Amino acid sequence: MQRLYNFAFFDEASKREIRRAIVKGISIPGYQVPFASREMPIGRGWGTGGLQVTLAIIGSDDVLKVIDQGCDESVNAVNIKKLVSATTDVEVTDDTARATLIQSRHRIPEEPLRDDQILVLQVPTPEPLRDFEPSEAKTRMLHAEADYTGAWLGLFDRIVRFGDASAGADHPCLVNGRYVMAPSPIPRFDTMKLDRAEHLTLFGAGREKKIYAVPPHTRVAPLDFCDRPFRTESFEGLSCRLCGATGVYLDEFVDERSGETVHQCNDTAFCAKRRAACAAACAGEKENE
Amino acid sequence: MGYVAVRGGGRAIEESLALFELERVEAASSPTISAVASCFPDAIDQVMGESSLYAPELAALAFKQARGSIEEAVFLLRAFRSTLERTSETCVVDMQDMDVDRRISAAFKDVPGGQILGATRDYSHRLLDFSLADESDDDIGQAAVRLRAHFDAVARDGSSSGRLPKVLDYLREEGLIASCDDDDTPPADVTMGSLEFPCARSARLQTLARGMTQAVEALGYAAIRGYGPAHPTVGELRGGTVDLYVDDSGAQGESDPFDAYCLGAIRVCEVESVFEMETETDASQDSALSFGIGYGLVMGRAETKAIAMSVRYPTQDEEFVLYHVDGVEAQGFISHLKLPHYVTFQSKLDAVRTAAERQGNAAVV
Repeated sequence: MQRLYNFAFFDEASKREIRRAIVKGISIPGYQVPFASREMPIGRGWGTGGLQVTLAIIGSDDVLKVIDQGCDESVNAVNIKKLVSATTDVEVTDDTARATLIQSRHRIPEEPLRDDQILVLQVPTPEPLRDFEPSEAKTRMLHAEADYTGAWLGLFDRIVRFGDASAGADHPCLVNGRYVMAPSPIPRFDTMKLDRAEHLTLFGAGREKKIYAVPPHTRVAPLDFCDRPFRTESFEGLSCRLCGATGVYLDEFVDERSGETVHQCNDTAFCAKRRAACAAACAGEKENE
Repeated sequence: MGYVAVRGGGRAIEESLALFELERVEAASSPTISAVASCFPDAIDQVMGESSLYAPELAALAFKQARGSIEEAVFLLRAFRSTLERTSETCVVDMQDMDVDRRISAAFKDVPGGQILGATRDYSHRLLDFSLADESDDDIGQAAVRLRAHFDAVARDGSSSGRLPKVLDYLREEGLIASCDDDDTPPADVTMGSLEFPCARSARLQTLARGMTQAVEALGYAAIRGYGPAHPTVGELRGGTVDLYVDDSGAQGESDPFDAYCLGAIRVCEVESVFEMETETDASQDSALSFGIGYGLVMGRAETKAIAMSVRYPTQDEEFVLYHVDGVEAQGFISHLKLPHYVTFQSKLDAVRTAAERQGNAAVV
């Protein structure tokens, strides 16, 4: 029972179909394109949407980077990388700048992306109106009519009850002035990286069978009220304990020995690159001495 | 430190898989695929049914690899299925042509062609059979010879089975069931597109047929217990095999059966349930009472599932049912909660802290 799989796992007809959905998504920024989400060898909800997009567009000369919650070495990122490289043999990298294709769960890298890079985000819940309206048939209608009362009400409700509209990650955004979109659970810190970006961002929701896109140079505006402006997570006065970076998204944890709360770059590749550069600079200085 | 535990993922995964494999190989001898298939036909049926793929050997392989976990075996087989090209479609199967070996009606005592109890465990006592603990291959062989001889003798007496008329045709002829015209619209395939609501009947049936067996049963139960319209009567439950044909010409619509190739037969179970239904008559505002039919068709012998499927509109909400009975999707999304959520949780933490600060300030004022 020996069996071989096609390049990038899928048969060519499936890839073509997914690419059609991607092209449609790019043509209508923020619009959720239904597609025939295939069953994958990894779990639904574990990045099958992003993986399908990646497999549909990857070519043999691509350089792939996969991150899970900011980390290249996180088990799920490793697992996805393993599957893609087993079926394509493409080069994989941790270095954001070297990658041509970046699949990510819930983070956009700290290093700004270029126009020759594509970011693929894994999406658990593509429907920004789902909390407001559980029925898919109805939410499709609401999008068609650009009736986003539900999304606004959600924010207003939080302000009334908690004094702040920020509910965590996945803050709803208006894309190109037309469709309200769930940017996937990226932190609010990353939301503005989508706005008029150089790179193309593709969103894949496998379980919910939707693909959507934010093309380069497209306006992405988080929903907010003028007297309650959109606010990102605050790391004011904090820096990474390893590389000293400020103005980046930080992970928070407790040092076992001292019991103190400490912070560290969430983007581990970014942090490692900074430390390597710093080490190289220090070594250079020593040599010069 | 928790953070460190998820790093170095590559080696951790390799070691974890090796540890898992150790559990498998240390625990048991290795059964052959045919042994798995012949010992656990009901499990294999369930795996094939929920995978929408008739492939007994592959299902047995998946079941073995999954260490007997149905949901895992379905996962494996479905992932394999999605890499297969569709080369052709089978011709429409008329369930009248089923080679029936079991057929019961809870609506009529005496049905044309008779009721056939067939092979069922329905009326068995669920007592552990301790003699199976020491059963040998010889024992099985002898029992097989003895039982085969017995049933060969019965068959010579003449028993009715094979092609039988539908029980509900009787009600159709009487006009108590609205007769429907044949709908020759090509069926939807939910594995080749996403569900759209309201759903085509074919998409609904396919989703339920490949749904998690126990989930379909639970929702069917909920519908007849109190969250649905009515208590159905099983008009007919029939089990048997149907022949599948592929049309040589590949032409749409009418095809000459003599031009088609027979691929073989698969085992299916079909249920037609009867419900009381109010229908509005054209002539007056009054509504009349008639019967509606609920339909279930599944691979293998999954009779309870087929009946549950025929309970129409469980919970009255098509989206609720169809989105949530899929095993691979449910398993995947629930188990994804085991993945790290550090970034998103940090973001939540920020929101909660900000809100708490605000409330704290408000309390001081």
